[in-house]
Amino acid sequence: MELHQKLEILADAAKYDASCASSGAARKDSRGSKGVGSTGGSGICHSYAPDGRCISLLKVLLTNACLYDCHYCINRRSSNVQRARFTPDEVVQLTLDFYKRNYIEGLFLSSGIIRSADYTMELVVDVARKLREEHHFRGYIHLKTIPEASPSLIELAGRYADRISINIELPTQEGLTKLAPEKNLARTQLAMDHIRNKIDERHADKRKPDAPKPPPFATGQSTQMLVGADDSTDAVILRRADLLYGDYRLRRVYYSGFSPIPEPSLLLPIKPPPLVREHRLYQADWLLRFYGFTVGEITTEASPNLDLHLDPKLAWALRNRAVFPADVNKASRESLLRVPGLGVRNVNRILSARRYTRLRLADLLRLRVPMKKVMPFIIAADHNPARLGLDDEALRARFLPPPRQAELDFEMPMAAPSDIDSVRTGEM
Amino acid sequence: MRTVVIEPVFEAWRESARELLSLRVPPSEVLWSDDAREPALFAPANENLPRAVVPNVPASFLDMARSVAAHTDVRRWSVLYRVLWRLTHGDERNLLAISPDPDTRQLQQWCKAIGRDIHKMHAFVRFRLVGKDEITGREQFVAWFEPEYRIVRLAAGFFEKRFAGMDWSILTPHECVHWDGSAIHFTPGVSRSAVPDDDALDELWRTYYRSIFNPVRLKVRAMQAEMPKKYWKNLPEASIISELIAESGGRVDKMLTTESRPAKPAPKNAYLESLRKMNTPQPPSDAPSNEP
Ligand code: SF4
Repeated sequence: MELHQKLEILADAAKYDASCASSGAARKDSRGSKGVGSTGGSGICHSYAPDGRCISLLKVLLTNACLYDCHYCINRRSSNVQRARFTPDEVVQLTLDFYKRNYIEGLFLSSGIIRSADYTMELVVDVARKLREEHHFRGYIHLKTIPEASPSLIELAGRYADRISINIELPTQEGLTKLAPEKNLARTQLAMDHIRNKIDERHADKRKPDAPKPPPFATGQSTQMLVGADDSTDAVILRRADLLYGDYRLRRVYYSGFSPIPEPSLLLPIKPPPLVREHRLYQADWLLRFYGFTVGEITTEASPNLDLHLDPKLAWALRNRAVFPADVNKASRESLLRVPGLGVRNVNRILSARRYTRLRLADLLRLRVPMKKVMPFIIAADHNPARLGLDDEALRARFLPPPRQAELDFEMPMAAPSDIDSVRTGEM
Repeated sequence: MRTVVIEPVFEAWRESARELLSLRVPPSEVLWSDDAREPALFAPANENLPRAVVPNVPASFLDMARSVAAHTDVRRWSVLYRVLWRLTHGDERNLLAISPDPDTRQLQQWCKAIGRDIHKMHAFVRFRLVGKDEITGREQFVAWFEPEYRIVRLAAGFFEKRFAGMDWSILTPHECVHWDGSAIHFTPGVSRSAVPDDDALDELWRTYYRSIFNPVRLKVRAMQAEMPKKYWKNLPEASIISELIAESGGRVDKMLTTESRPAKPAPKNAYLESLRKMNTPQPPSDAPSNEP
């Protein structure tokens, strides 16, 4: 098979994995070496596909042949998709060729499981080893690992990679049993725990000045959870994410709205979940990580799913009107972070500026704060929202997107452009 | 009122500003303008120069000024000088901490535009292989790029770190930068015709671009927000964007109407057998469940 055709099949097979980040690697570069490559700081998106997703890494599978039967996956053994397999050298060469043309930040390599977890993992690690040792490649490498692979292989993967990941896929064992019968939640978490310990060890060793230099190890791990393939509620998904962030210190949990695939399985819904659900989950995720919210605040027992019409911070604020308004000249950082429309960056600017000046609405406007959204929830030197009706029952209606035309009524709500932005930047 | 004509680079502004400041000339007395001639090539900024123009100027101001200097807005020199004046003679030492101040805000916005332009240059430069050095054996690459501002010098360090192992040149209309394995150097701008139109790898890259795109999630606006059309003419993958968009509807329809496949029984396989037998630990007791 031609390289061209292999690339077509094996990139197509990899595209359902949402993670493409290339940030957070240790600083390294190619100066003084024969090779190319640098990492550190935030990663670069070298292109964007018409699906709006960033293209930063060469994201391919080593092979799309697979023994497992994960029903949401186009590569499962029951699918009739055409199979292909790269040799490790082909992937090495493609990575270098693409990298030297500045198409990419590096490689994200994953693979269907052939023969056994260890056999597959060895092939994957071999690509990374060749890039690092034979070609002095200092660019970004993200390796997908298999929880069932032996710990020594996972360690070796971590030595060559900047990021390693294991996909949790679904938030409950129940879901896995049904849709990915070969996968096991506890085993996955065990492997994550192992990786976390390795990452921690490396950091601990680095702090001891007289200790021998620890072998390099990936600086972070991440995972992906599918949304809408099983019937898990957002509360269940977010609680799982929260546990992963807490127990295994994941850098990122990616939420991937289940997307129809060629070769669909009988066990899956035909209609994909609305894309906006994925957006809301990312927004909720930012709230958990950077805004001091807990899962219990973002979703409630009465409504375990996020409001598709309103971003989760606004939805929370409307449920908790009693804590507002917050005075931008006095309120704590924590309270300001909870104001709908005030993102982390603007909260920092406000805190810095108010040490020297009293903030008025015009100041906020200059910071490009979304005024219509913020005004009911804040007090400024020249503004008190008492009469804007924080208690008004109709307040929620003010924030809803304008009603759609009748014939579109059956359509699910769409994310507003500001929502799309907030998912990218985390500013809410 | 005095008029100060400077070559549009940071170092020139700094020299003039230093002098004006020592003569205590208030900002309202100065009219700044760019020397219209193409800037001669300046010696690379000497990093050993003292970082402060005068005592008590925060280092962050100089960093900002260096970046703002690359902007093309005619007002930039006067705003920079006014901020410098307010920091030193206006008793507003904390000015830069006050983002809502119109001058601070303006500088921040210019810096942001410059930062974005640099970032896009790092992202969208596309090297073409043009040959191999016969003596050193190093591969030689050339790229053409059209930045919005005069950022070549600010952006060059990134390429030096990343592509040390190959020879490369990035040509732009305003200034060019070259690396030969031992030093970076700059030459005057050139025209696009100096760069070959394509590279043997472009076709493979387009294959990748086509395959990684998921037609189910068409979001053209989101793509264009990050990759505005003005960059497309120098991106090899951009030539197939419209075709991908046009085909996507048909591809999705086809997926949604395909008949679903039943599960296939597991093949006889020792590894799968061992998975099944694996004594799986119980999930942790704090595991989330579907019950509220
Ligand atoms: S293990 Fe499951 S998700 Fe991974 S390639 Fe195989 S079938 Fe797909």
